[in-house]
Amino acid sequence: MVTSNSYLESLLQGRPQLPPSPLAWFNHLRANAVDRAGTLKVPTTRDEEWRFTDISPLAALSLKPVRAASSLEAADVERFYLPEAKNRLVFVDGVYMPHLSSPTGPDSAQDPEVVVVTDLSTAVLAHAKAIEPHLGRHAGFQDNLFAALNTAFLHDGAVIIAPRNVAVENPMHVLFIATQSGAASHPRCLFIAQDGSTVTILEDYVTLREDVYVTNAVTEVVLGNNAQINHIRVQRDSAQAFHIANCAVSLARSSRYRSVSVALGARISRYDLNTRLEDEGAECAIDGLALITGRQLADTHTCIDHAKPNGISRQSHKCIVDGAAQAVFNGKVLVRPGAQRTDSAQSSRNLLLSAKARVDTKPQLEIFADDVKCAHGATVGQLDNEELFYLKSRGLSEVAARNLLTYAFGAEIIERISIASLRHRLEQTALEQTKKTEL
Amino acid sequence: MIHQDSRTLLEVRGLRAVVNGIEILKGIDLTVRSGEVHAIMGTNGSGKSTFAKVLAGHSAYEVTGGSVIFEGHNLFDLKPEERARAGVFLAFQYPIEIPGVANSHFLRLAYNTVQEQRGQDELDPLEFDDFVREKMKLLEMNPDFLDRGVNEGFSGGEKKRNEILQMALLEPRVAILDETDSGLDIDALRIVTNGVNQLSTKDNAIILVTHYQRMLNYIVPDFVHVMHAGRIIKTGGKELALELETRGYDWVSAEQRAVAGA
Ligand SMILES: Nc1ncnc2c1ncn2[C@@H]1O[C@H](COP(=O)(O)OP(=O)(O)OP(=O)(O)O)[C@@H](O)[C@H]1O
Ligand SMILES: [Mg+2]
Repeated sequence: MVTSNSYLESLLQGRPQLPPSPLAWFNHLRANAVDRAGTLKVPTTRDEEWRFTDISPLAALSLKPVRAASSLEAADVERFYLPEAKNRLVFVDGVYMPHLSSPTGPDSAQDPEVVVVTDLSTAVLAHAKAIEPHLGRHAGFQDNLFAALNTAFLHDGAVIIAPRNVAVENPMHVLFIATQSGAASHPRCLFIAQDGSTVTILEDYVTLREDVYVTNAVTEVVLGNNAQINHIRVQRDSAQAFHIANCAVSLARSSRYRSVSVALGARISRYDLNTRLEDEGAECAIDGLALITGRQLADTHTCIDHAKPNGISRQSHKCIVDGAAQAVFNGKVLVRPGAQRTDSAQSSRNLLLSAKARVDTKPQLEIFADDVKCAHGATVGQLDNEELFYLKSRGLSEVAARNLLTYAFGAEIIERISIASLRHRLEQTALEQTKKTEL
Repeated sequence: MIHQDSRTLLEVRGLRAVVNGIEILKGIDLTVRSGEVHAIMGTNGSGKSTFAKVLAGHSAYEVTGGSVIFEGHNLFDLKPEERARAGVFLAFQYPIEIPGVANSHFLRLAYNTVQEQRGQDELDPLEFDDFVREKMKLLEMNPDFLDRGVNEGFSGGEKKRNEILQMALLEPRVAILDETDSGLDIDALRIVTNGVNQLSTKDNAIILVTHYQRMLNYIVPDFVHVMHAGRIIKTGGKELALELETRGYDWVSAEQRAVAGA
């Protein structure tokens, strides 16, 4: 039996080598997180929030600290690049790779009209005023071991700041590449859309090898008044990897947050998305797709927190589960007292493709205001017989008909991705992954 | 059109079928030869759609007796998709919607599957697009319907047109059109029936299921059959439909009872 302490020790190993920051608040934040991480326990299935997701295989791993990040060349990773993106931040095993990245130049520090896309170490110095109120303030780590660990390792990270009233046309690409077996990395992102700005960001997790490793990510997303963020998140880690991620989103007045997250990889993945509509008239649309097979487990926990009146939330979460895989969805919608005229709709639709596949889905509505519209629904099913018959009556084989319907089920979410090249790539991946061969 | 050197396409003998433990088809006999147009009429619930779906191979219906020979082969040896590829086509009374599957993609898959079966060239998306647009012109269908999900949000009449578009693409040997006329407006009925007539040759056959003479004004049947309680109880020429239109069905079943009692 591995105790949580030895696990934490192994995870915290790499930390002391982190250089201190010249900024006191930054060091303070990190030190707090280290203390907190030391007191929190690895969650087990006895914890309500982790009821269906047994991470003991993760706790049993002996992890190595990340070695000096491997010397990758552009040619090794170019295939992951996004043609639409002008600015790209690349991290290898959590370490920032300037030579693979194309951040915005130093002039962005001076010009209040120019978007900032750069790594955390650079950004905290150049944009301390913009960053300090947000970094570590939204993704709380008091009760969250993984967020605490990530913050304890705070060093490299991606920072994107869209300045007031600027609509950034091209998407920004934040790419995390895993290359080392047995390594634990702690990706960190801070995305800020200041008042009236608009930006599209892809947060992308990929691997160069089918191997065991741990990704423990934390992302904070901040939207000012009337700001808009399109946040696309794609997790295509190795099928042996562990992927734990926390994302905290804060929406100011009349801001709009759209997110599409797609989980394809990892042996065990867990994504916690907490969206707080902090002021009136904020809107969020949160879509998710988990496409898993074999012995994979994909767990998505979302919370949409309506704190103020006239908020709108839309959520569609879909899971396609094959083999002996398991999907978990827990979708909480919280309407606080006073959040009148909240309009919220949530749907969880799940497709089980094999007898051993399983899904646990739980919509959770907590409503403390009386003038609200909250709809939710969950379905778990197999492919529809009448649809299959219709396709077969037109000559499609059983297998072709099943593939087409399975693909279509997932495509509904993928189609909502606004970046064309990524959409096509994922459509292709989904086609291949849902494709069973003719017997 | 009945003609001299016609071949037997479909030979149904004593067909019985059960759904959910209830016998719906109670011994159907029907012979369809190439070049012919057959109309099947009959009261609601008499088993017309059941017959059509049994021919197409729907798994909800269990065949409990009789035989169907299609172009010399036992139809029941073939899976639904094999029947489709061999040339059996059913235009559904209630075509279902398949959201998420683009109509153009679906139509091309279906077309290419049948082409492959016939040893003919498959078309890539661009080639198919040109091809299908031509076929759509025949039915005066807006090409926008290619970009939508299969039947997704289509009106009743639009769904029926989409069914006939599929018939035009697949060029079946035996097409069963189950109440294709219902839901079509007056102009659409003329357009769609005109399309069907253009697809009708001396080598294929059409079975129309309908309640009304108006469709038969456009597609003139060689035979009119009356289905009642899971059986064909009367067969006549095109004038039988006119007679049914004025007299209803009671006299047919009465006549049939009299024959059975005699
Ligand atoms: N899956 C089913 N379960 C139970 N009963 C069924 C099923 N399918 C058909 N039936 C019954 O079989 C009978 C014949 O139905 P069918 O649809 O073949 O009639 P129809 O002649 O096409 O009628 P209509 O003119 O109204 O279209 C009906 O009584 C119907 O309720
Ligand atoms: Mg019917």
